[in-house]
Amino acid sequence: MYPGFELTSVDVQQARALRFEIEEFHTAYAHALDSGQLQQWPEFFTDDAVYRITARENADEGLPVGLVYADSKAMIRDRAFAIEHTQMFAPRYLQHFVTNVCVVAVEGETIRARANYQLLQTLVDGPTTLHQAGRYFDVFVRVNGRLLLKNRQCVYDTLLIANDLVYPV
Amino acid sequence: MFNADIVIGQPGQFPKDRMDEHVEYKWPAAGLTEIPDWVYTSPAIYAREVERIFHGRTWNFVALEAEIPNAGDFKRSFVGPTPVVVSRDTDGSVHVFENRCSHRGVEFCRKQRGNATELVCPYHNWSYDLKGNLQGIPFKRGIKGVGGGMPKDFRNEEHNPRKLRVAILHGVVFASFKEDVEPLEDYLTPEILKDFEVVFKGRKLKVLGFYRNELPGNWKMYHENLKDPYHATLLHSFLVSFGLLVAGSKNAMIACPVGRHGTMAAAKPDDVASVVDESSKAQMRAYRDDFKLADPRFLDYVREFDSPWSVTMQTIWPNLIVQRELNTLGIRHIVPNGPHSMIMLWTMFGYEGDTEDMQAHRLRQGNLMGPSGFLGLEDNEAIKFMQEGVRRSTADRGILKLGGTTEGTTASLIDESAIRAMYHHYRDIMEL
Ligand code: FES
Ligand SMILES: [Fe+2]
Repeated sequence: MYPGFELTSVDVQQARALRFEIEEFHTAYAHALDSGQLQQWPEFFTDDAVYRITARENADEGLPVGLVYADSKAMIRDRAFAIEHTQMFAPRYLQHFVTNVCVVAVEGETIRARANYQLLQTLVDGPTTLHQAGRYFDVFVRVNGRLLLKNRQCVYDTLLIANDLVYPV
Repeated sequence: MFNADIVIGQPGQFPKDRMDEHVEYKWPAAGLTEIPDWVYTSPAIYAREVERIFHGRTWNFVALEAEIPNAGDFKRSFVGPTPVVVSRDTDGSVHVFENRCSHRGVEFCRKQRGNATELVCPYHNWSYDLKGNLQGIPFKRGIKGVGGGMPKDFRNEEHNPRKLRVAILHGVVFASFKEDVEPLEDYLTPEILKDFEVVFKGRKLKVLGFYRNELPGNWKMYHENLKDPYHATLLHSFLVSFGLLVAGSKNAMIACPVGRHGTMAAAKPDDVASVVDESSKAQMRAYRDDFKLADPRFLDYVREFDSPWSVTMQTIWPNLIVQRELNTLGIRHIVPNGPHSMIMLWTMFGYEGDTEDMQAHRLRQGNLMGPSGFLGLEDNEAIKFMQEGVRRSTADRGILKLGGTTEGTTASLIDESAIRAMYHHYRDIMEL
């Protein structure tokens, strides 16, 4: 388990309401990525957000490296920009499936939640493959009524990556 | 998509994939300015490479000492495609032996890394000490009154897993299948040692983490990629867009005298606009003086090294890449996986004593490299495309004429001398 994401006692009614809200968040987030609207991706984060994609072997050993590592919204913007404007890669489609949302802690306007994700990738000349199986460890904060990610750790089980990971998860 | 997922034109479906040992492999008469496709596609050539290169008189990277700092630490690793265990014994010595149980052949060490006093094969519990010696055999003498057991003349010490020669330099562990391989420092040569020492000498590494990926291309393409400074300003728009490397900045492509190792080196210009002339701008499709990073900390270079270069990418034959790209450091361990595939094992590191800020800076710059790196993923894509091209097409060779026919070190980026030098050595070893 990722440290800080053990289940604490959360009021059941509150957890249900939040889970619904977080599921809506995941749906909108996945839609932005899966429909290729990468410019929208940074808008799901706070200005000081940390975003990291890392292998489970690193998470388990407490190692800090990220396949993708950003510690500001500006860096998240730069990555969106690089993917859209500078990077060369074969065309592909992606779909994110987010399930098993669990609110583990609520402290004021800060909410900690876990979820599982599957990332399907389709290269135009190959089969649709399960590119990653992973888990989100998220810290949300409410800003002007809207949930934003203050910290998202994407921890993938699929240690051996099929060539590369182009788009974020 | 893994190599194994290929649907259209699977490996093995094309004549070039099926060439075998009965074919006489003749290098094109043009020599090193032409590379025949079968070096990337033939199973027979691949088998010869494993025997003569990875299992031959070479030093293969297997581990960083920082991965196995304590007595009893071990790691699963590879020499060429062959699985090995790297372990540290109680006396501090480091050992490398084949990950194959002497009994029935089980690849017995299953944990990527760990700590143990002995390694036990899960099948029938034969055990091995940290030097790779066969220790215990359960019921070796059978069961009293019932019989069974090993013959009386069976001597454990005659049945150890195959042990490799080990050499360690500045915390980097190498192994060789050949007893008569030259000393490691001679093998690396002074030309290569110089920049190797900039990264490793006198500083304790701190491992920051790992990535691994399959790259569906021939293993030599990765060496070629890092002996090919020509691609850097053309494929990697990011480098050019943000001024990390441009035609006209100070560079070198250094080759060792034998031709097998190399260092691609560059010095980041302080003011990019001043070094790029108008005609270079026009030829680099990616050059844009209007692109700016939202978070410019990313490109800061902390001058922590005693070196004129801000970037050195070293290719150490046959299976190691040492990356020093500004302040992001790491190694890549190449595991060949048949003619059409390689596994890349990445270990990223900083140094003991790095401040929190410095570590965060290294992690931020890590976005340049790796299977999601601004540069790294482009190389993976390009190499995949190259493998598909050489495998499926009817033409039978590539062109390697930039810079003429010279071999070895060059100052120009627009040159393929280092790749020619590598293939000169390759042809000698492979008798091609
Ligand atoms: S195969 Fe290892 S103990 Fe039998
Ligand atoms: Fe490259």
